[in-house]
Amino acid sequence: MTMMEGILLTIVTAATPLLFAAIGELVAERAGVLNLGVEGMMAIGAVCGFAATAVTGMPIVGVLVAMIGGMLAAGLFGIVALFFVANQNATGVALTLFGLGLSGLIGDRFVGMPGIPVPRVDIPGLSDLPIVGRLVFGQDPLVYLAVVLAIGTWWFLFRTRGGLVLRAVGDNHGSAHALGFSVIRTRFLAVLFGGLCAGLGGAYLSLVYTPQWTPMMTGGRGWIALALVVFASWLPGRLVIGALLFGGVSILQLHAQAIGIGIPSQFLSMLPYIVTVIALVIISRNRTLLSVNTPACLGRAFVPDS
Amino acid sequence: MRRYLAILAAAAVAAGVATGAEAADKLKACWVYVGPHNDGGYSEGHDRGRLMVEKELGDKVETSFVENVPEGPDAERAIERLARSGCGIIFSTSFGFMDPTVKVAAKFPDVKFEHATGYKTAPNLATYNSRFYEGRYILGQIAAKMSKSGTAGYIVSFPIPEVVMGIDAFMLGAQSINPDFKIKIVWVNSWFDPAKEADAAKALFDQGADIITQHTDSPAPLQVAQERGLHGFGQAHDMISFAPKAQYTAIVDTWGPYYVKRVNAVLDGTWKSEQTWDGLKDGILEMAPYTNLPDDVVAMAKKTQADIESGALHPFKGPVIKQDGTEVVPAGGVVDDKTLLGLNWYVKGIDDKLPQ
Amino acid sequence: MRIVLEKRLTPSRSMQYLSPVVAILLSLATFFVIFLLAGIDPMRALYIYFVEPLTALWSIEDLLVKAVPIILIAIGLSFCYQSAVWNIGAEGQLAAGALAGAAIPILFPTLQGPAVITAMILMGIAGGMAYAAIPAILKIRFNANETLTTLMLVYVANLFLDYMARGPWRDPAGFNFPNSRPFDEGQMLPVIAGESIRLSIIFMLVAVVVAWFMTTKTMTGFKIRVLGQSPRAGSFGGFSRNKMVMLTFLISGGLAGLAGICEVMGPIGLLRTSVSPGYGFTAIIVAFLGRLHPFGILIAGLLLALSYMGGEGAQVAIGLSDQTTQVFQGMLLFYVLACDSFIYYRLRIVRQPALDAATVR
Repeated sequence: MTMMEGILLTIVTAATPLLFAAIGELVAERAGVLNLGVEGMMAIGAVCGFAATAVTGMPIVGVLVAMIGGMLAAGLFGIVALFFVANQNATGVALTLFGLGLSGLIGDRFVGMPGIPVPRVDIPGLSDLPIVGRLVFGQDPLVYLAVVLAIGTWWFLFRTRGGLVLRAVGDNHGSAHALGFSVIRTRFLAVLFGGLCAGLGGAYLSLVYTPQWTPMMTGGRGWIALALVVFASWLPGRLVIGALLFGGVSILQLHAQAIGIGIPSQFLSMLPYIVTVIALVIISRNRTLLSVNTPACLGRAFVPDS
Repeated sequence: MRRYLAILAAAAVAAGVATGAEAADKLKACWVYVGPHNDGGYSEGHDRGRLMVEKELGDKVETSFVENVPEGPDAERAIERLARSGCGIIFSTSFGFMDPTVKVAAKFPDVKFEHATGYKTAPNLATYNSRFYEGRYILGQIAAKMSKSGTAGYIVSFPIPEVVMGIDAFMLGAQSINPDFKIKIVWVNSWFDPAKEADAAKALFDQGADIITQHTDSPAPLQVAQERGLHGFGQAHDMISFAPKAQYTAIVDTWGPYYVKRVNAVLDGTWKSEQTWDGLKDGILEMAPYTNLPDDVVAMAKKTQADIESGALHPFKGPVIKQDGTEVVPAGGVVDDKTLLGLNWYVKGIDDKLPQ
Repeated sequence: MRIVLEKRLTPSRSMQYLSPVVAILLSLATFFVIFLLAGIDPMRALYIYFVEPLTALWSIEDLLVKAVPIILIAIGLSFCYQSAVWNIGAEGQLAAGALAGAAIPILFPTLQGPAVITAMILMGIAGGMAYAAIPAILKIRFNANETLTTLMLVYVANLFLDYMARGPWRDPAGFNFPNSRPFDEGQMLPVIAGESIRLSIIFMLVAVVVAWFMTTKTMTGFKIRVLGQSPRAGSFGGFSRNKMVMLTFLISGGLAGLAGICEVMGPIGLLRTSVSPGYGFTAIIVAFLGRLHPFGILIAGLLLALSYMGGEGAQVAIGLSDQTTQVFQGMLLFYVLACDSFIYYRLRIVRQPALDAATVR
């Protein structure tokens, strides 16, 4: 494997959990719900995925259980934030705390247990092509699932009636309600989908990235996913680019160190966060671009007046 | 405020709180961990020691621990809580607990305190540490023997002396086999972040290293080595189950015998404040079985280990030359313990610049 | 037939006081069940968690020490949240305050005395304010979402603190360990009660009273609340939304910075690579649990500090995992948020489901 190929592969691996979690959050935010609990849902997904795999010996079961775990966690958020109309920011923070704590309790038995890695897809012939071989044809199945999810999400949001309804609910919940669409139900489903995706992102960490369970193993990736959604101005295509860019920055700073460029590592570690802030500013200042894609009702509670 | 507190306290006494009174004849031995007790690394090493105390001393002791204690004011509170809850001896197991332990020890002269990896003592405060660098010297030799590219990757957490000492010892060991050996260093600024450690391992392999070693606690780098068909070393405990094909050996922290000895000393009244810095010969540090290695390399590693244990070989034997060319110790001498404990320079041959 | 949430004509006063109580009771009940299922004597566990820390003088003292920074920060955040400014980066503002204030004793180790202490406090406040001004300006000038910018800036501040404590500001006589030099008594807040209760507790009490006065008795407080509830109404009244954003950011940043420097020149006594075990995030819970009211925050802060103390006690006494405390805090916040909705809404049983969809906000 050449160095270039290795770096690109590592970047794809680093980008995948971010992409999973961010796709889910993008859908939730398109429906007008800001769920800050991504980190907590990822942690639940990671522990559920690992535990189910360890118990059954089948990674596929782990992935499914991680999706369910993420959805259950998201459901909790949905009930409090949507049905009880609680402040979404605070509910999200609560979910993160709760999820991180609960994942630690659930995972207690599984610490220090080696995981069963998800096998890589190998297409004879194609996987051996130079550079693109491993990159395009030799990834683990979840990477392809992430790409499919991103494309599917784009298609759903912009090419189907369901997507139109979902965006309408996020842009103007009053009108959507007046037209007879159920705002709360749509949002709840979007939040559940967000949980499912975050669960997948977590499972990717505990089953593929580092096949093991350790408390707090999500390491702040849920928060990065949140930033990515804004970075991508709520468009799935840009999300893929953004995830790769983020993965790229975090991997390249490690390479910069290994080469020995002599910049304090703390400054290199800051890079992804500073890049996010700058990206946020660039996107947000362009009000025309923002107003086209930003869900206008993002974070606003909805209760039908009567 | 004082008066208000006094009233509350009086009320508490009146309520008849039984804390501490129940365990009068048993010695209570307590531990403070910086991470989860089952982190699969450093804290778990100490917890294995605690379990050994329970097993060996049975009815004579009772143990408890506080985990995930952040370094700082919380540490002081946690240690003080243990002192108040009737602990007769308290082991605080992270370097960052040093000053809090000193403060609490001054308040509780009747309780025995032991602090791992620090340097401050008091009549009721002892320190203990392990000469991890002895193990790292052996790892360096193995790496230099086994590496095809002549380059090892080293994943590190924070540039404290303990860590720098490890890097230097590894390099000195490697140079004793291959004077041109190179190491590439990546700081991940964390003791424990599996995904980041894995990324660092991948980056180091991509940069041409074919053996990885680490001063961080998760088995993730070894898992990466296993996946790539390359090799590495376990940290703090035997990580062979995570990487059966990739692990050559591991430095295994074995605090148990020390803990048993010290708790026993409290029981029979012979406990004294000491500064213990034990190594391979004392069994506080062990090498996991040498695996995935050819016989001659195993023989070499075992001989080095025996020489270190017998005192025939000191990893920091002279001449030790700093990165900038100045000689620390001439041929024939060894770097003394005080210098080692405050080590903040790389030995010659390391290209990286030490973060200052 | 189904149940819907319906807006009350006026917020329910009784629910306003009842909701946190109900939430706490629900949390305790849930915990009771969890302990029961885990095979732990629930009464003993709850006693260790919530009563035992209050039965000894030293533990009450520790509880107050722990509560001070959390309450200080939460008071500041309550201003932000009342005006619908979502600053969740107090943790970073705390670090900035600690850095700014600690600069004096580190760069001029010989300076001592009340003037130095005052200067350190002021620098700490200024540091927190300056760091909070960044997301404020980004929001005002560029419309950047403050929830995300404040959060990203937490990482930046913590990494910078880490760099300073390990690098330029490391104690030259400290065996290369990543700490600044320990401060002298003349560079620390004086102890005013017991063994460890320092002057910062007075700052905290003053902050609570001033915040109460500001929100209930002054025009500024009124404006903040009006703008928070309806941005449009505010601008009609001639108040500037942007000014409010800046003001609330400065208040919360300043208080977080104060909390940071008080920790550094109090319980910690030197600058470390990390000065807070997450007070900035805990304060978010406290702000909401206290219903954004200063006195509520005071009580909520004490309760949260109690749960930390109890969590430690439970580890020692019954070997309960450290994560139990986190679960409790998350759950408590869920319940509070859910119960709070009954202040503004009530449940109604609707018999003909189709008709209630007619009106639009």
